[in-house]
Amino acid sequence: MCPVRKEVRDGNVGERPAPEMEVDFAKYRTRARPHPRLKKLGDLPDDLKESTLDLGLDTERGCRAGSYVQVDHSVLFSRAWGKGLEVTSITDAAGKRGRLRGYRWRNLSPEADRFTEQAKRHPHHGFFIRVLPGVKVELPLQACLYMTERGLAQNVHNIIVAEEGSEIHIITGCGSDPGVGEGLHIGVTEYYIRKGATVSYTMIHSWGREMVVRPRSAALLEEEGVFISNFVSLKPVRSLQMDPVVTCVGKNARVRLNSILLAPEGTDLDVGGRIFLRAGECSAEIISRAITTGGRIVARGHVTGAVPQVKAHLECRGLILSEEGTVLAVPELEGLTRDVDLSHEAAVGRIAEEQITYLMSRGLTEETATSAIVRGFLNVKMEGLPSRLAAQISRAVEAADISGM
Amino acid sequence: MFEIRGLSVNVGDRPILRDVNLSIGKGETVALFGPNGSGKTSLLHTIMGIPGYQVLSGTILFKGEDITGKTLDQRARMGIGLAFQRPPAVRGVKLADLVRILKAVRPDDPGASLQAHIARLDLENIQSRDLNLGFSGGETKRSELLQLLAQGPDLVLLDEPDSGVDLISITAVGQTINFLLEKEKAPAHRERSGLIITQSGCILDHVTTDSACVMVRGRILCTGSARDLLEDISNKGYEGCVQCVP
Repeated sequence: MCPVRKEVRDGNVGERPAPEMEVDFAKYRTRARPHPRLKKLGDLPDDLKESTLDLGLDTERGCRAGSYVQVDHSVLFSRAWGKGLEVTSITDAAGKRGRLRGYRWRNLSPEADRFTEQAKRHPHHGFFIRVLPGVKVELPLQACLYMTERGLAQNVHNIIVAEEGSEIHIITGCGSDPGVGEGLHIGVTEYYIRKGATVSYTMIHSWGREMVVRPRSAALLEEEGVFISNFVSLKPVRSLQMDPVVTCVGKNARVRLNSILLAPEGTDLDVGGRIFLRAGECSAEIISRAITTGGRIVARGHVTGAVPQVKAHLECRGLILSEEGTVLAVPELEGLTRDVDLSHEAAVGRIAEEQITYLMSRGLTEETATSAIVRGFLNVKMEGLPSRLAAQISRAVEAADISGM
Repeated sequence: MFEIRGLSVNVGDRPILRDVNLSIGKGETVALFGPNGSGKTSLLHTIMGIPGYQVLSGTILFKGEDITGKTLDQRARMGIGLAFQRPPAVRGVKLADLVRILKAVRPDDPGASLQAHIARLDLENIQSRDLNLGFSGGETKRSELLQLLAQGPDLVLLDEPDSGVDLISITAVGQTINFLLEKEKAPAHRERSGLIITQSGCILDHVTTDSACVMVRGRILCTGSARDLLEDISNKGYEGCVQCVP
């Protein structure tokens, strides 16, 4: 069962019932037609190049520190160009003795829910990325998980290890061909962020209208570790639900989860984040911007301050641009001791009329004024992100279809 | 250039303006005085076409055209520009973004001169901030002026450009207003007109006006030279004006 809470199903979303989230695994095919492995990334077929471009996949040489490309159940490409960096499929990493020891299913239990269990039972690769101690990888590293077959299930398991004092910026693009129709993607991701390491992880999702998507992630941060996660979903998708878990076990670790969500009609997004601050001086932020043009969005955030001297802030802003859309903001703060500083702010509604009027008084038409405000709303400042990746997100926001207002 | 004839306006059921008549010639600048709540801001908002101000009677003429029925963006594109007293914060939209949009729709490029104004108004640092979000009083005024510079209006409406502005930046604000109103040109060659609300009259030490009028309880009661009227008001307060209310 997906962990949608009962009170939500029972009608906190008003008169409109939550869409059925039951997923029948038997409905999806578990075998896929194989795709040949590529010698170089430039050999990617043109149609795939085109459709993965929006997902941030850069096939030009010299733009990325490493690449992993998987289509359906086939690993097409995996290579690291930078020194001190490993990029392979998890299957290859498992083949090399001891490579995955201490990482696989250490941070996340396969019994966590039926999707995680399903991913363990029927694995279809996924990537293993490891950056060695002290290595700071300046260029972003890219991973792309793509689906082209109708009615397929793709279950991947990814592991990211940032060793002590290292730094890495990863952009992952997950999506499917527009013609794929129904499909199921389960993505299990485990992050191990060692002492003083920094990981930024930017996910751009772009699925087909009938896709069901269940990312299942867990991150572990040691002392002075930094984890920045940016999640962007701006295209229609039948149902996407995720609630990544981040646990800070070392002092002075920092977490920031950003999400930028757009739900057109027929789209159901339930995106959260659970952060456990278990060591002193840790801090966390969960920031979400949610726009519905007809779909349903649940924006969650849950922070537990388990020890003194921790700090967290949740910020959720939702814009409803059509009669049919709904946004439910669920910010939760849990203090388990006295000396914690946890806060949140949430706002859901329409664009303030006076903002539109203000811009129109400068000569902008109502349409231009609204569009400027909506795009501005989505353009969250993503601290700690290389300019290339920030620009990638801005481009996605610029291209987003915000019509239906 | 600009004329208001017999304008009466309600906000909801409440009368705000009553039979207002005002005329501003090409190149002229008029100061507007009046106590709090007398309808000065409402007059500027009505001229701009801000929704919520219901015109019961009268006409607003601009460049020879009756604009009473036009929407606010149409009026802005015709050349009316308003510097708000308290503009709303627009989260996510940077001052620089808006200036870029405004410059792009103009036929002439104010780009180079704009840079000099940005420096003079000391706006380099707030350009990348969300519009009006956490701006100080002075920053708001300067940001409004920058937007008007980018917009380049022929009728400049300024709602208390001197309130909340410190003594040092008032000079820069004054210089910018003079530029907007083409004060460097001889009066006969000025194309742009202005209507400036001021409570304190501070801005009048930096910007010359051709005339001034006093608004009390939604009516314009008297017209004269800004200096004389201001002196009267500072001696007798608006009490003297109230006696003139019919």
